[in-house]
Amino acid sequence: MFDDLTDLYQQVILEHAKSPRNFRVMEDATCVANGTNPLCGDNYTVYLKMDGDVVKDASFQGSGCAISKASASLLTAAIKGKTRADVELLFDKVQNMVTTGEADESVGKLAAFAGVHKFPARVKCAILSWHAAKSAAQGIAETVSTEEPAE
Amino acid sequence: MESVSESTPPARETAIDWAAYRKDFPILDQQVHGHPLVYLDNAATSQKPRAVIDSLVRYYERDNANVHRGIHELSNRSTDAFEAARKRAARFINAPAPEEIVFTRGATEAINLVASAWGNANLKAGDVILLTEMEHHSNIVPWQLLAEKTGAILRYLPITADEHILDLSKLDEVLTDDVKLFSMVHISNALGVVNPVAELCEAARKKGVVTLVDAAQSAGHCPLDVQEIGCDFLVVSGHKMCAPTGIGFLFGRAERLNRMPPYHGGGEMIATVDYFKSTWNQIPHKFEAGTPDISGPIALHVAMDYLDKIGRENLFKHDKELSQYAYDRLAEVSGCRLYGPKQGRAGLVSFMLDDVHAHDVVTIADRYGVALRGGHHCTQPLMKKLGVPSTARASFYFYNTHAEVDRLIDVVHEIKKFFGS
Repeated sequence: MFDDLTDLYQQVILEHAKSPRNFRVMEDATCVANGTNPLCGDNYTVYLKMDGDVVKDASFQGSGCAISKASASLLTAAIKGKTRADVELLFDKVQNMVTTGEADESVGKLAAFAGVHKFPARVKCAILSWHAAKSAAQGIAETVSTEEPAE
Repeated sequence: MESVSESTPPARETAIDWAAYRKDFPILDQQVHGHPLVYLDNAATSQKPRAVIDSLVRYYERDNANVHRGIHELSNRSTDAFEAARKRAARFINAPAPEEIVFTRGATEAINLVASAWGNANLKAGDVILLTEMEHHSNIVPWQLLAEKTGAILRYLPITADEHILDLSKLDEVLTDDVKLFSMVHISNALGVVNPVAELCEAARKKGVVTLVDAAQSAGHCPLDVQEIGCDFLVVSGHKMCAPTGIGFLFGRAERLNRMPPYHGGGEMIATVDYFKSTWNQIPHKFEAGTPDISGPIALHVAMDYLDKIGRENLFKHDKELSQYAYDRLAEVSGCRLYGPKQGRAGLVSFMLDDVHAHDVVTIADRYGVALRGGHHCTQPLMKKLGVPSTARASFYFYNTHAEVDRLIDVVHEIKKFFGS
């Protein structure tokens, strides 16, 4: 009866939410971006150390629900060693996956988030840190929000 | 887990069979994700009884016409029903006169009306607008907009650190001579605190301070008497008290409303219109520009009759009993943190489970058919004050039962198990 719940909260997600990886402030980060969801108070900072075009190191800090925290944790692991273009490509794949449920083979462990698509209200949780990481990789140091504030 | 329909509520002192009212609410009789719906999000919006739903259909099938304009039969019927609703609203809060009721889209629009029409005409730079630390965004942001325009300053009556009730010992300190308006919530949607609004309004009145009471959470839950409260303005949302969304009203003392400029311009609010100058209609029409929501007030009328047939004293007692029961049972759950007063709370409970985020709590509860609210409840400054990003909230109405609270507690244990906390 709760298949979709265990689809959403897969073991890997619960585990990363409980013990997030790369969960630290990076003092020597070259790019930093903040991701916030004003509707639920989720707030994450993603730190990247870029070496030219390549992500040498990635970490994050902040608080939020299990989905958003696990997503940030898995993200930092997934983008290490990737180029800017790779990060953007992966962003597109993750976004497509959490909205359609179709996981590209190349996403690896991130496939755990495919179940999110059955919970439309939680898509923003899963994609929040990805928005921040994309901004950071592009060198745009600003707060990205799930809600677009009016100018 | 035992399903709701199989459990019997424990015997209570009150003789009213509250579960029997559930039959009046078609929506409550359904399964959600394979479980009986347990609707505990009444502070966001209440469900609507059959009588209210039927009144909308009846109006559009038989009486629909524009109000205050026509000579024909249907227009007369619509106008009569619309104005009867106004009289009923006045009676609902014991307003001295029906002209003191202005229909709005809800409490939010009513506050914006006062902030705009009264505020712009009466506030100048340096004047203080006093609020409380437990206000909903709807009773903060309109005043911020007004302050930006006029140079007025916002100030807040603080809440206590332990039970999150208003710290009345600080009232004299904040209610100084430069305060021009004191706007306060009656029942907090995030904490369940019932504020002593009559006492606060009396203190304000003694200093010549204009008062507004946000009764969005209280109007449909407890008896309200604006003369006893002694406020200048009071705002109500219909959808939290069995009426449709998009209808509510502002009560304003006639002497205040009469001296206020209009809010919106258009038809209905005018007496005469010239190409270059117009004069205004009498209150309340001065504040009701354009064709209003007509079926809304008519359905609200039915909702008010429905609630008063039950008796708001009875209803409030049941609300409080359920929320106390929920509070006491949640307090027994290890790792459950509760917010607001330990006793005397209105019909809602805000809580956190260990370090499980409110959205995770609400997502799991939903799969068991239990509808909760998780988030900041449109009280971001208050959440910051409480030191939490969000809470989970169960809010009750008269059709909720003790068995549903039991169900909530069972689900809370399932959530704890799920997250291994």
